[in-house]
Amino acid sequence: MTAITREEVAHLAKLARLDLSATELDHYAEQLDVILQSVARISEVAADGIPPTSHPVPVENVFRDDIAKPGLDRAEVFAAAPATEDDRFRVPRILDEEEA
Amino acid sequence: MSSADADLIRQPASVLAAAICDGEVSSVEVTQAHLARIAEVDGRVHAFLEVTAEAALETAHLVDEKRKSGANLGVLAGVPIAVKDVLTMRGVPTTCGSRILEGWRPPYDSTVVARLRAADMVILGKTNMDEFAMGSSTEHSAYGPTHNPWDLERIPGGSGGGSAASLAAFEAPLAIGTDTGGSIRQPAAVTGTVGVKPTYGGVSRYGLVALASSLDQAGPCARSVMDAALLHSVIAGHDPRDSTSIDAPVPDVVAAAARGDVRGLRIGLVKELSGDGYQPGVLQRFNEAVEILQGLGAKVVEVSCPNFDYALGAYYLILPSEASSNLARFDGMRYGLRVGDDGSNSVEQVMSLSREAGFGAEAKRRIMLGTYALSSGYYDAYYGQAQKVRTLITRDFTAAFTKADVLISPTAPTTAFKIGEKVDDPLAMYLNDIATIPVNLAGNCAMSLPVGLSPADGLPVGLQIMAPPMADDRLYLVGSALESALTDKWGHLLIEEVPNL
Amino acid sequence: MSTNHETVPFEEAMTRYEPIIGLEVHVELGTNSKMFCSCATAFGAAPNTQVCPVCLGLPGSMPVLNRVAVESTIRIGLALNCDIATWCRFARKNYFYPDMPKDYQVSQYDEPLCTNGWLDVTVATDAGPQVVRVEIERVHMEEDTGKLTHSGGATGRIHGADYSLVDYNRAGIPLIEIVTKTVVGTGALAPAVARAYVTELRDVMRALGVSDVRMEEGSLRCDANLSLNKPGEGWGTRSETKNVNSLRSVERAVYSEIERQAAVLDSGGRVIQETRHFHEDTGRSTSGRSKEQAEDYRYFPEPDLVPIAPSRTWVEELRATLPEVPSVKRARLQSTWGINEFELATLVNAGAVELVEASIAAGVDAAAARKWWTGELLRVANERGVELAELPVTVSQIARVEALIADGSLNDKLARQVFEGVLAGEGDVDVVIAERGLAVVSDDGALLAAIDEALAAQPDVAEKIKSGKIQAAGAIVGAVMKTTNGQADAAKVRALLLDRLGVSE
Ligand SMILES: [Zn+2]
Repeated sequence: MTAITREEVAHLAKLARLDLSATELDHYAEQLDVILQSVARISEVAADGIPPTSHPVPVENVFRDDIAKPGLDRAEVFAAAPATEDDRFRVPRILDEEEA
Repeated sequence: MSSADADLIRQPASVLAAAICDGEVSSVEVTQAHLARIAEVDGRVHAFLEVTAEAALETAHLVDEKRKSGANLGVLAGVPIAVKDVLTMRGVPTTCGSRILEGWRPPYDSTVVARLRAADMVILGKTNMDEFAMGSSTEHSAYGPTHNPWDLERIPGGSGGGSAASLAAFEAPLAIGTDTGGSIRQPAAVTGTVGVKPTYGGVSRYGLVALASSLDQAGPCARSVMDAALLHSVIAGHDPRDSTSIDAPVPDVVAAAARGDVRGLRIGLVKELSGDGYQPGVLQRFNEAVEILQGLGAKVVEVSCPNFDYALGAYYLILPSEASSNLARFDGMRYGLRVGDDGSNSVEQVMSLSREAGFGAEAKRRIMLGTYALSSGYYDAYYGQAQKVRTLITRDFTAAFTKADVLISPTAPTTAFKIGEKVDDPLAMYLNDIATIPVNLAGNCAMSLPVGLSPADGLPVGLQIMAPPMADDRLYLVGSALESALTDKWGHLLIEEVPNL
Repeated sequence: MSTNHETVPFEEAMTRYEPIIGLEVHVELGTNSKMFCSCATAFGAAPNTQVCPVCLGLPGSMPVLNRVAVESTIRIGLALNCDIATWCRFARKNYFYPDMPKDYQVSQYDEPLCTNGWLDVTVATDAGPQVVRVEIERVHMEEDTGKLTHSGGATGRIHGADYSLVDYNRAGIPLIEIVTKTVVGTGALAPAVARAYVTELRDVMRALGVSDVRMEEGSLRCDANLSLNKPGEGWGTRSETKNVNSLRSVERAVYSEIERQAAVLDSGGRVIQETRHFHEDTGRSTSGRSKEQAEDYRYFPEPDLVPIAPSRTWVEELRATLPEVPSVKRARLQSTWGINEFELATLVNAGAVELVEASIAAGVDAAAARKWWTGELLRVANERGVELAELPVTVSQIARVEALIADGSLNDKLARQVFEGVLAGEGDVDVVIAERGLAVVSDDGALLAAIDEALAAQPDVAEKIKSGKIQAAGAIVGAVMKTTNGQADAAKVRALLLDRLGVSE
């Protein structure tokens, strides 16, 4: 497990949609490194052949019946929306300038 | 505040419920007393983010009417309760302690809130928390920290510091918390209150704004073991809206709390959850409690759970991974904060600007960490390995529970620390959860209850009881026995020693 | 966007390259409710009226899996000869996009419900029909996304748009993805194989009743992967063509991509691994986002949903519900209806097989049923741009018309007018007949009067007939048909006429 670079942090921020400032990038590069060094201890555990646990309680096959029910009222749907138009959620243009 | 009010707010929930049921006091009076207390002290404690006084009084009034009409009332009917701001409540702001959700009013009730309503309980408001439940001090709330009623300069624990502080400040007799790595138990420990993390799947997560879906669990916060049991029985049970909810009868926690008996019970001391890193004052009170349990007829054995040493590492990979995905939806498109939508920025830029402005430092840190741990090339080494460690920790528990009926440890390695002391030192902050995390990873249940004040600083110390999955009743059996013995010794519950605000 | 429109003619390309195709088909299941919530799935509802906290991804909401969606997927897997997993999970596919309310898609990743199947398809060749086995890699479940509308800009497309609008009605509708293994060795038949495969898949879905599989409504969507290589050399780089919205487009997309990639390779260039968008109008595709810097989807098991572990009993119960496989069914229909492959293909392409079957079951003669559905009714459907099944006409109405023809109350021409009225919404068969006054004139008196009138108007013709030139009768019959507005039975008129003139055939 190698140290995390500032470039990697910038890439992660892009993946995670966080417009981090230059100061934050430096700060997180340092902190993530420290945290990762510390959690990296888990690699010491010999876990070959150990099944991973994704769900802490072994419940399986939970289904609902295929019955349609009314959803939310229009007013509730849009109550918290930052922008709407024509009964739809309005969002900024999807492509960047260079892609468009 | 009148002396009658002052008396009401110090009563256990069980006593209030009985008095309301018998008509000795009305729910409106009880509710008014607590609202008055909130008005009086919350400026200093800051346990609440939102107080729903009007709705609370309206509910209280309806309960009183219902009682007069002779209708059947639930065990906690008319009793006020505070709800952590991570559970949705229809029409009431739910912020999760974050700017990104400021002012968001959910159009639906979480199952926990729905059950409180169905039980005729009176919801006083929403309590403060670390942003999206990420923290152990409530300092990571976007709306300012909550102060510990034992010492207002100190943290009340986290992430559910608001719920715990509301109990210790007598602003509410009961509260709901959520526990992902200790967020119910550690605040209980540092505020001298009782908190229970039920078995994963025991209480519905529907409407609980997810931090780490495979670890999160809502549970009761109270000032006594019996009160916690009563609340536990109200909120627990199968919910078809949560696929991970367990479809089985809820263990009879109220009966167990009423019985409070450890005779012949095997109690395991977890070797890995003591020693280095634990304050001497914490260990002293813990060891005294162990002696009391022995004196009550319990058989104390030492057990070893070697993989617990890796629990913190596994937890700080699994939690951020799931959190990075759970928090993705806060993108400013359908609800919540939107920043930079000036017509020139693209959707990607607006999402990034909104998230940058809306999330605090700890949330960003964990989102970045989780994004890293899940990314291709690192998945196996981090997330994959952490999930295997999780299996090993579960196996450690299973083995330990063949030797002991319950396990115990100190709840937290230290008593409440000063506000600001660890806020910029994530690793030091993460260590607060070292004893509580294994239970979240394995999905079983645990309780924290107060066992005295540390001789070093006069602050509360908590003891953690851990039981196997769906054996939540054992927590109450042991907790209640220990609480009775301690109450006999002190002449009162520890919470009675909290300084006057 | 690529500006390279160079192509090599298909036949020429096939002399130098071998195509390898792969098809990813998305099918929207026709369940009553969505995959993970109880919202309705009706197509064409007003925007954002079929949404709830779960499919809007509101904080705190949680998914619960639709049992019928799982059963439909297992049935599809069985119909495609797949293995059904004994244990599998959903995963989260993490990426930000405004049509996805949670900014992750719940999908199956490395644990699909169905794997390792096949589907035989038939393509026409100069040497006659040829059967090609298309192997199926996997069939898995996922949730659909919301629908984006792009505003501003010239084209209404994503490029140049000022902003976009989102309708989440579609978000969370159960989607099945069926992925083939690479199909090799089809050579110049590749475009036809691709089309035949999607057609056959559509028929299987219809037969199973799991989806209405309408490509134009997006309930069946196809992505076509293609690469070229020189014979004997390693596989080339593949492109993925999206937005292929009709059966014809499937064929054209593969065809045109072969022409394009051949030109790239001929000029010494390198095919880029990319997503391309097919355009119905031009029959060509344009470059989309390059996949070389692949998104990092950060898949991990979905913790909010529990594993699916279908018992073998359940799987066998579902297997028992499978309908006849379309290819087997076609062979049966050919023999029972006495039609050849071409005639059946006409019915299949028209989407008329089930309708003809139902008509026959309702008592209509097989030939008549085929005649109506592939003739007059198909013409109207094409005119209206709808599927045959969408026409407002029922098999019992066809049965009624046929019965009226049989007893002489209607003739062919009148029957067409009856259907015209029924399709125009004028009412049921008998109502249309009454309103339009369409019944065959069977009153002998009225017909004789018309005959007499016609004979009086054309005395010379009358003489010719009397003198034995029976073929001249047509002129009188025609005149009578005209005066009765076609509502007479021509054969009957002819018989009455000859009788009147005392002539025998
Ligand atoms: Zn929905």
